[in-house]
Amino acid sequence: MNKFTEDDLKKELETKEYEYGFYTDIEADKFPVGLNEDVVIAISKKKNEPEWMTKWRLEAFKVWKEMKEPEWANVRYKKPKFQDISFYSAPIQKKTLDSLDEVDPELLKTFEKLGISIDEQKRLSNVAVDIVIDSVSVATTFKKTLNERGIIFMPISEAIQEHPELVKKYLGTIVPTTDNFYAALNSAVFSDGSFCYIPKGVTCPMELSTYFRINEGGTGQFERTLVIADQGSFVSYLEGCTAPARDENQLHAAVVELIALDDAEIKYSTVQNWYPGDKEGKGGVYNFVTKRGLCEKNAKISWTQVETGSAVTWKYPSCILKGDNSVGEFYSIAVTNNYQQADTGTKMIHLGNNTKSTIISKGISAGKSQNSYRGLVQISPRSKNARNFSQCDSLLMGDQCGAHTFPYIECKNKTAQIEHEATTSKIGEDQLFYCNQRGINTEKAIALIVNGFSKEVLNKLPMEFAVEAQKLLEISLEGSVG
Amino acid sequence: MLQVKNLHASINDKEILKGINLDIKAGEVHAIMGPNGSGKSTLSAVIAGKEEYEVTEGLVILNNEDLADFAPEERAHKGVFLSFQYPVEIPGVTVTNFIKTAINETRKAKGLEDLPAKDMLKLIREKADLLEIDRKFLSRSLNEGFSGGEKKRNEIFQMAMLEPKLAILDETDSGLDIDALKVVANGVNKLKNKDNAVLVITHYQRLLDYIVPDFVHVLHNGKIVKSGGKELALELEKKGYDWLK
Repeated sequence: MNKFTEDDLKKELETKEYEYGFYTDIEADKFPVGLNEDVVIAISKKKNEPEWMTKWRLEAFKVWKEMKEPEWANVRYKKPKFQDISFYSAPIQKKTLDSLDEVDPELLKTFEKLGISIDEQKRLSNVAVDIVIDSVSVATTFKKTLNERGIIFMPISEAIQEHPELVKKYLGTIVPTTDNFYAALNSAVFSDGSFCYIPKGVTCPMELSTYFRINEGGTGQFERTLVIADQGSFVSYLEGCTAPARDENQLHAAVVELIALDDAEIKYSTVQNWYPGDKEGKGGVYNFVTKRGLCEKNAKISWTQVETGSAVTWKYPSCILKGDNSVGEFYSIAVTNNYQQADTGTKMIHLGNNTKSTIISKGISAGKSQNSYRGLVQISPRSKNARNFSQCDSLLMGDQCGAHTFPYIECKNKTAQIEHEATTSKIGEDQLFYCNQRGINTEKAIALIVNGFSKEVLNKLPMEFAVEAQKLLEISLEGSVG
Repeated sequence: MLQVKNLHASINDKEILKGINLDIKAGEVHAIMGPNGSGKSTLSAVIAGKEEYEVTEGLVILNNEDLADFAPEERAHKGVFLSFQYPVEIPGVTVTNFIKTAINETRKAKGLEDLPAKDMLKLIREKADLLEIDRKFLSRSLNEGFSGGEKKRNEIFQMAMLEPKLAILDETDSGLDIDALKVVANGVNKLKNKDNAVLVITHYQRLLDYIVPDFVHVLHNGKIVKSGGKELALELEKKGYDWLK
């Protein structure tokens, strides 16, 4: 693994700019800009959805129209003009695909550039991939292997057709349409995303992975992910995101819902590398995402995220610890450079007895960026012997960036034990000189220090992702100390 | 090996070194002694290339090459090693990972491939044994929570791994009890050979009981005011520095 990292690093370091900033010229079926009831109905029709789904969307749209865009986050940005966005864009495909051989060669080239191989290599590394470009899922691999164990892993649009009972039962139960402005918007206009169901007692034999990409300009991406782990099952899920470099801001507003039934465990990892905008802060993706999971008895949900992209991030993967003895974990590395802004953290809602949560957040700010941790630990009056441990560390580079921590603790039961630790440090000249004196140049020294700082979180990622994440950290911070 | 010629250096426009001359040959051990504030640590930092210091006059020459235009890491690649008086902490980076990175970066600068993991491990074990370093120590975060003795021992471990041409030991004895001092000094002696040179910077004579110098120089107010053999150190111990001012 180490050898691989080093070699790859050398290569990566030669290309310093955002390397996923290409645009693929694929014929796209794109809606005119604007949003109204007709657009919502049109999306639903496009997807051949049953009536209940159309209704659900319209309900959400009605709620959304009454809502106001939230302003409490510690970020400043020009609000998206919703009437200027196209709410549906899909690469045109002639018909439903049976195998990958039939996929548009331009698309396959895109995958190659993204470093996603949907072939043998991936089989060896044991990852099943679902790829969502713009608004639709274009390829899901390994359906068969998974089917044999009763695991359902498919685009959510297909799941609505093929497993309506499951979708109907769980969609919107964790993140209701009324939850917040962007969740309501997503509920109204989401066009695809991934759906995953692990049957009782089954341990998913491979990592499930969704790769999201915004390709078309002037579009928003609104994907919806629903993961259900039935009793006693286990799944590890990975998610990666990239977008072309564009001068305008693109909106990405996803909703992810996780359900871990009794004794089940879901491990959800994200490497988010949306286009962050250029050095002057022009362009970049607005990443306004709602992610939440529910734990029943003895269940466990673990969120791990590495956030290096997006111009503005607003995201709080949370756990509702409803069942007794359930466990919630949140491990996060958020890197901001240049003019990026991130307001990210988690909510741990303790409802059951003996519930336990762990929060490890590592914020790294460079350039003129602002990086905020915002977290809520809530212990309900009925939750006995709840425990939480939070650790928020910030690392600053240079003297023009900011790190902020907003921890909220609401404890309504005396038997709870809550610990909160926070540190702020700066990469010092002395540290750099020490490394230099040992023959390590400044760029490499920063990478070493940042990786050390982030280690507790990097260790939580599946191996293959850890390597990618490590590289990403180094690239994101290049040239940040001059 | 190392020649320092009429070296003047200042920090924030304040001159600290006011014309230093040194000539250190391969196989030699030189000691620089002097009271606090005489410029001892500045001298070591300037040789290592720390950028806060401005060299206003004079030369530092290593193996016939003027070091002026080289960055600290390039000087390290050329064989300059500085054992720090206060080694810094790097949380989350293990002793092993750090030294591995240092060695491979140095190799890269010389156009060599990374040292294969197997050979790296072997080398680490060999040097750790030489310096009586516990294996568990190698997986700890660099200098984090290390005792004074552990920090200095780790510096010498890195020196053993990097095999420098010129090793500068800046106040390596500070913060060490007598047992730790012996271990560290012993390590340095084992690493010493006819092809490398050691420059010991110290306030007290006691380290020189264990690392015996060929030459002793007394630094005062940015200048070398007296040079001699190892007996000079003993004389200083007896009389203090005042008689030289």
